[in-house]
Amino acid sequence: MESNNHKNSSSLSSPRTGSATLFEKIWEKHVVKTIEEGPSVLYIDKHLIHEVTSPQAFSGLNKRGIRVFRPKQIVATADHNVPTLNQHLPIKEELGRKQVEALIRNCAEQGIELYGLGHPFQGIVHVIGPELGITQPGMTIVCGDSHTSTHGAFGSIAFGIGTSEVEMVMATQCLLQSKPKLMRITVDGTLNKAVVSKDIVLYILSKISASGATGYAVEFAGSAIRSLSMEARMTICNMSIEMGGRCGLIAPDETTFSYIKGKEFAPKGADWGQRLASWKELYSDADAVFDKEYHFNAEDIQPMITYGTNPGMGIGVSENIPTTETIHETDRSGLAKSLAYMGLQQGAPIKGQKIDYVFIGSCTNSRIEDLRMVASFVKGKKKAEAVEVWVVPGSKQVEAQAIKEGIDKVFDEAGFQLRQPGCSACLGMNEDKIPAGKYCISTSNRNFEGRQGAGARTLLASPLTAAAAAITGKVSDIRELL
Amino acid sequence: MSKPLSTVTSRFIPIPIENIDTDQIIPARFLKATTKEGFGKNLFRDWRYENDDETNPKADFPLNQAQYRGEILVAGKNFGCGSSREHAAWSIQDYGFRVVVSSFFADIFKNNALNNGVLPVQVSDGFLQKIFALGADSELTVDLARQTISIISTGESESFDINSYKKTCLLNGYDDIDFLLSIKPEIETFETERG
Ligand code: SF4
Repeated sequence: MESNNHKNSSSLSSPRTGSATLFEKIWEKHVVKTIEEGPSVLYIDKHLIHEVTSPQAFSGLNKRGIRVFRPKQIVATADHNVPTLNQHLPIKEELGRKQVEALIRNCAEQGIELYGLGHPFQGIVHVIGPELGITQPGMTIVCGDSHTSTHGAFGSIAFGIGTSEVEMVMATQCLLQSKPKLMRITVDGTLNKAVVSKDIVLYILSKISASGATGYAVEFAGSAIRSLSMEARMTICNMSIEMGGRCGLIAPDETTFSYIKGKEFAPKGADWGQRLASWKELYSDADAVFDKEYHFNAEDIQPMITYGTNPGMGIGVSENIPTTETIHETDRSGLAKSLAYMGLQQGAPIKGQKIDYVFIGSCTNSRIEDLRMVASFVKGKKKAEAVEVWVVPGSKQVEAQAIKEGIDKVFDEAGFQLRQPGCSACLGMNEDKIPAGKYCISTSNRNFEGRQGAGARTLLASPLTAAAAAITGKVSDIRELL
Repeated sequence: MSKPLSTVTSRFIPIPIENIDTDQIIPARFLKATTKEGFGKNLFRDWRYENDDETNPKADFPLNQAQYRGEILVAGKNFGCGSSREHAAWSIQDYGFRVVVSSFFADIFKNNALNNGVLPVQVSDGFLQKIFALGADSELTVDLARQTISIISTGESESFDINSYKKTCLLNGYDDIDFLLSIKPEIETFETERG
């Protein structure tokens, strides 16, 4: 499944010789200059900011006595630290409230568009960019959040940055970046019943490990990827960071173009035609060379779930937890520690494991298609008594659409709580936390120790597998319930 | 605009665990601050204290063991994976570390560390195991100018990679923003030319 291509590693400075990858085509259009034996100065088209990783960047600018260079290329929202109930009331938790207030103040001072609490466009930063048409093919997009890789689903170079880099982009609209190596992951074939894009990405992670793509920009290709909707593609690019990838990207096609068309900030009129023509050039040439390639068959993928404390520790939901002998080499040393934390046994089945919480949300799986998928399975069913189920839409727009379609009623009848948009229980930061020792099936992206709250035990899965657990109260194979 | 860094000779604190993610380095509940200071006291918070209680340190965690001290942190492979929170680098720097040694670093962490005057030194798996096998009172020397890391007691040494631009920045204590601001006219020209 793996092959290495020993391409001349001096590709940084040498000009293209005709054929190029998608990544290279975009990268080269954004290089302002390259420092000799150093990184390139990369121009950034869109900068997304939120309350948690921006305050120190704004104060850094103030200390230097400079203003934001291109405020119109920045869009802000409040997502990480917001409550998901009663958003019309002041935020109770003091430090969280201060961060949100700082964001409001900083954006007003610098002339930055803010979709804060109460705004109809508010939501998780990686959900609102695409749904507003801010995210477009061929762009460079950054945000002080690692899951910025999500936007790569549109054929853009999109990656997470630290706060010093947020300050850098605010100050100069540029970043210093070394060109990453290039990897292509091809998934061909037809997906099995009840297998969705989250399963594809958890499967890839289980094969290449949580560090398998470190140092690479990862292009996802193949007929199985092409067959996916934009929202499903976003789920895959979202988790390319979980493989260690610098970013993930998928070449734009008709699916991409028709998704963008008509969105709030999408190009309109004559502008649309011009942009469309340039977007159609964005693909890896047939003879383009990647530093590393993987090939997988869609037919081999089953509904997936994680059992450990990094996202590479996943198995088919009907398989047994690995043992020290059977596990992927890179995870061997961590297996015992992980399983001790998770309270699970080597070699035991994961199916049947009792579940306390179900979290359907996060920038990985909180879009309307995810909610529809869950609702169509859950309709007419009731959640298991002992399970607490939270469904947290990714944005105000997703929430509004769900209500319009009557999905809220389906959830209500099933005993699921439909909450208000935000990052919620994806990270143990706001009020939504999973208590210590409790098991949570989560559609988010990270199962690290304490990620959903100190001592919380996270099993990552698709919205369908999460919904199955909500109904049965334990890890279940969705295929047996359809 | 951080402290210039050239040579560090120091004892080290070993944490021989692989895939240490940024949620372990600094748990999310400490990200609510609006300044960069004071993160050191929450570094590895949940590994350091029993039930989040500062009066109840976990005796088996190296940061709590008196024999381990120094300006160098040595950790297992794939250090700093996970979120982009720069708070992880701030907490390591604020605790007093100037160098982190591992056989592999996550990309974003590496950048964040460099931007805060903390040097990530990537060594081979073999060399990392040699360091872990050393006694607690052993010292390491990291020489940035020569790009070497050595074990003082045995004289063994290995060289490490760093791009020359970053190296110059660290040696002189200036940062990327200083540089980018200095080329702003070129950035404006670029904007005009691409239309
Ligand atoms: S939903 Fe989770 S992963 Fe996504 S931006 Fe929010 S905290 Fe980060």
